[in-house]
Amino acid sequence: MFLIDCPHCGPRAQAEFVFERPVETIFSVDTPTAELVEKLYTRTNPRGVSAELWRHARGCRAWLRIDRHTVTHVIIAVALWNPAP
Amino acid sequence: MRGYSAWALLRGGLGGHRHWSPAWRTPEPARHYDVVIVGGGGHGLASAYYLAKHHKVRVAVLEKAWLGGGNTGRNTTIVRSNYRLPALQGLLEHSLKLWEGLSDELNYNVMFSQRGALFLGHSDSDMTRLAERGDALRCAGIDAELMSREAVAKLVPLLDMSDRARFPIAGGMIQRRGGTARHDAVAWGYARAADALGVDIIQHCEVTGFDIAGGRVTGVQTSRGAIGADRVGIVVAGNSGHVAGLAGLRLPVESQLLQAFVTEPVKPMIDTVIMSQSVHCYISQSDKGEIVLGGDPDQYPTYSQRGEPMRIEEVAGQAIGLVPALSKLRMLRCWAGTTDMTCDGAPIIDETPVANLHINGGWCYGGFKATCGSGWVFADQLATGRVHDLARPFSLGRFAAGAMQDEAAVGPMPQAR
Repeated sequence: MFLIDCPHCGPRAQAEFVFERPVETIFSVDTPTAELVEKLYTRTNPRGVSAELWRHARGCRAWLRIDRHTVTHVIIAVALWNPAP
Repeated sequence: MRGYSAWALLRGGLGGHRHWSPAWRTPEPARHYDVVIVGGGGHGLASAYYLAKHHKVRVAVLEKAWLGGGNTGRNTTIVRSNYRLPALQGLLEHSLKLWEGLSDELNYNVMFSQRGALFLGHSDSDMTRLAERGDALRCAGIDAELMSREAVAKLVPLLDMSDRARFPIAGGMIQRRGGTARHDAVAWGYARAADALGVDIIQHCEVTGFDIAGGRVTGVQTSRGAIGADRVGIVVAGNSGHVAGLAGLRLPVESQLLQAFVTEPVKPMIDTVIMSQSVHCYISQSDKGEIVLGGDPDQYPTYSQRGEPMRIEEVAGQAIGLVPALSKLRMLRCWAGTTDMTCDGAPIIDETPVANLHINGGWCYGGFKATCGSGWVFADQLATGRVHDLARPFSLGRFAAGAMQDEAAVGPMPQAR
């Protein structure tokens, strides 16, 4: 279990957060079918740093982008999700 | 290979037990094999055994650490075939039939115990769903028996059957042929039998890359040098995404954790496997007397093999809700395995887009029960280059084709299983 430093709420237990999906799997509604299938159903699944979308479901409910190492669980960055960066 | 038997044990005992020899060799890797299998867990070793037995080809199994040290040694050892979808029924029932003869087949006691796999129903709708699944199973020739509340109470007297129960019990469905097996013995038994048929089992040999020329795999790079192969099988569930990535592939897989727990050992108190239609908690008792518990995955991507404490609380709470007497026991150990969670909850058994590179993975949290059948069909595939009929529904292409095998019917997100 790890602490996530929510930009609104400060450091909170991971139990308050829900993993949503890897950032690479996010697609817009007008994505062409082949690309959509690729995005929805495949993963890089890195053994290393992964960019992920999480939600502070039991806190401020903000959507967060978290860059996190999938072996050590070290969190490199937490930011409010901006769909058009 | 010296056969194991009561007579051999007695004779060896008279000689002071000096007759024991290693159960398998420790060979140096050759420069080339007909088939190289990456991953020395239960599925990889079973694949190697059936390949050597049925197809007479030269096989090596490469394992980065030690045999059965991944999910083969980390599961809750439950074996059953009572799935709802025909594709899963076909593969897992074939597997269960192999389990039934496995100790004799391998001359190795895998302690397969058909103590029954019981699913509890907690409401009228649970019972309707169990009855529907049971009907489907019986139509497919797989045993299933619907049980009344009274029959369940008689089978597991320690269940909380009171009217204030946290999880009221309306009845259940049991697969009598289901049960448990000794997980390490499965890896060791397949390894010993495969070795006797000439399979080279090479431990502490990590695959670091694939040799690919003209879209075909021709061998692997390892921590012990290059090894050539006509066909390569990746059987590394938990790390499928990483290893397939070495060949430039992306899979419909997220690596997540599944935890298991055991209590201190006690006298026999639960002589079947308890699962539930609504609560994701499973309970059995090992031959040592420990109560073995399992629950939901940790539901986010990680390769760490370290589980979240909050899952321990959740599983313990559910188990105590079902069997209140468990509250008196102390938890002895907990551990986690990295599982390949796929986008429909079913495995992946297919040739990859790289020719002659095959994959068997994506077993989510249900791979142990499939060990024998998975090895059987994958051996056939590695020998012939064609996917076995029983494995065809588990192709990589099923997602694009909309032919998902979604037993839980919960959609495309791996953590929703």
